[in-house]
Amino acid sequence: MITELIITSTIKITLVIIVILTGVAYSVYAERRISALIQNRIGPNRVGPAGLLQPIADVLKLLLKEDIVPAKATKPIHTLAPMISIFVALCTIAVVPFGDSIHLFSRDIRLQIADVNIGILYILALTSLGVYGITLSGWSSNNKYSLFGGLRSSAQMISYELSMGLSVVGVILMTGSLSLQDIVLHQFGWKWNIILQPIGFITFLVAAFAETNRAPFDLPEAEPELVGGYHTEYSSMKFALFFLAEYANMIVSSTVIVTLFLGGWQFPYLQTFGLPPLVVSLLQVFTFVIKVVAMIVFFIWVRWSIPRFRYDQLMNLGWKVMLPLALANIVITALLIAIFRS
Amino acid sequence: MGINYFLILALLLFSIGVAGVLLRRNAIIVFMCIELMLNSVNLVFVSFSSYLGNSIGQIFVFFIMTVAAAEAAVGLAIIIALFRNKETINIDEINILKW
Amino acid sequence: MNYYEIIFYVFAVLTVVSAGVVVFSRNIIYSAFALLFTFTGVAGIYVLLNADFIAITQLLIYVGGIMILLIFGVMLTTNVTNVEITTQTLKALPATIVVAIVSALLVSTMVSTKWAVKDPISVESTTINQIGELLLTKYLLPFEIASIVLLIAMMGAAFLARKN
Repeated sequence: MITELIITSTIKITLVIIVILTGVAYSVYAERRISALIQNRIGPNRVGPAGLLQPIADVLKLLLKEDIVPAKATKPIHTLAPMISIFVALCTIAVVPFGDSIHLFSRDIRLQIADVNIGILYILALTSLGVYGITLSGWSSNNKYSLFGGLRSSAQMISYELSMGLSVVGVILMTGSLSLQDIVLHQFGWKWNIILQPIGFITFLVAAFAETNRAPFDLPEAEPELVGGYHTEYSSMKFALFFLAEYANMIVSSTVIVTLFLGGWQFPYLQTFGLPPLVVSLLQVFTFVIKVVAMIVFFIWVRWSIPRFRYDQLMNLGWKVMLPLALANIVITALLIAIFRS
Repeated sequence: MGINYFLILALLLFSIGVAGVLLRRNAIIVFMCIELMLNSVNLVFVSFSSYLGNSIGQIFVFFIMTVAAAEAAVGLAIIIALFRNKETINIDEINILKW
Repeated sequence: MNYYEIIFYVFAVLTVVSAGVVVFSRNIIYSAFALLFTFTGVAGIYVLLNADFIAITQLLIYVGGIMILLIFGVMLTTNVTNVEITTQTLKALPATIVVAIVSALLVSTMVSTKWAVKDPISVESTTINQIGELLLTKYLLPFEIASIVLLIAMMGAAFLARKN
């Protein structure tokens, strides 16, 4: 019984990690192509057909570079920091359901690594760990630009964690459960949370951009003022880990946004069409992937369309706009639920 | 597993915390050791809550964590204010009140 | 040994060893780091005790909140270059005696008391419903007071940390 659980979980974990790492490689490619499109350039098109093998060349290049650690750096922490970043990014995916259960080899396999019944809290807890990777890398490099990047990022992430946590509360109130599978099941048909919780969606989306340090909130690594920010002193595979973590974070937060607000793996009324169960399951996984890809493209689109915020604007937005909005959203949702349920 | 395993673990944590408070001079480390002791107490609360089958112990842990968070904020503000005024946070050098 | 015990020992060893590092390490940064692992280990033990909500709260508050404050405190009050923290100068002998007495007292209490416990039966899947209900009914007043404590602490910290 427990051995079987361990075996199936291992298979699922391996598959999901492979999918995410490939996804990271190709979202980097997508980012470069889309930015080229937006800026009326061509972008990478030399390696393989239409440049499709470019990610492999990039990885090889990073692997073959020399790994430099500054002489005055605190070495163990300097090494540990990128690992923390990637660990947090990959662990979050464990509770995200990418489909309903599927019937294979005469047993039901749930398409989720772990159905934790407090899944949302798990995600929030792991997000709060993400600060460590960046802060510690900034501090341990012993470089003022790195330190500025690290300090900025911790202030930014702590500020936006609040509105992120509060904007989820509306969804929890609607569903009455903290399990992500329950939240997806509750969004049957067109009852997607983006329609029922528009304010919650917007605050969560903005907070997710800030938490993943993506533009327009990429102050921790703002190139014109901070060289490379927290990863100025990183090279070779350690830099690649940060790069990987950034894109993995983008993918993972896309899956979380899709799960919480865009109906997860639900295709409206698919279960009522009378298709064979295996086809339904596969279609649901496919729907999930399509939604996540759309979300990633949105992330990239925003990055190349909106200029970077100034630091004080960022803090004002976080504390004076997002936080009150999220709080108001909770109050309104609670009131509406109290009125309509009684 | 009996509850004694968890109690022994909590006991070890508490003793280590006491040792740290008595041995170290750096105020931040003393502060960390107090957090260690609080954690060991929390561990005892949670293990009894689980072995008695009710959640009241966990509610106590929740309140302890709240107070610990408040304590961390104020304590670190005090330590930083001290550092700004005296350039040190060694507790045996902060003895102005001693006459 | 079943899986439960193996996991228990892994987390217990992690907790105790890193707690030892917190106290006996000469470098304050390593102490702060070790404390991070202690908190994580304790959170793991909570999961083993079926206290899922408390385990996550431990991660959120201790690891995600208090530890970050502590690491900031360390960064702002120490120079990386001079690692001078020593423990020898403080009175080691009286401290050892006190620690021995405290531990002996705790051990004797633990051994001599007959704890009125039952074996943890597989309780319901999550404790969060019970905790929520108790917090908003029986323990409502302490809950509200806790929020006031947090508010006052926030104001106090902001006041203390301000320049002049």
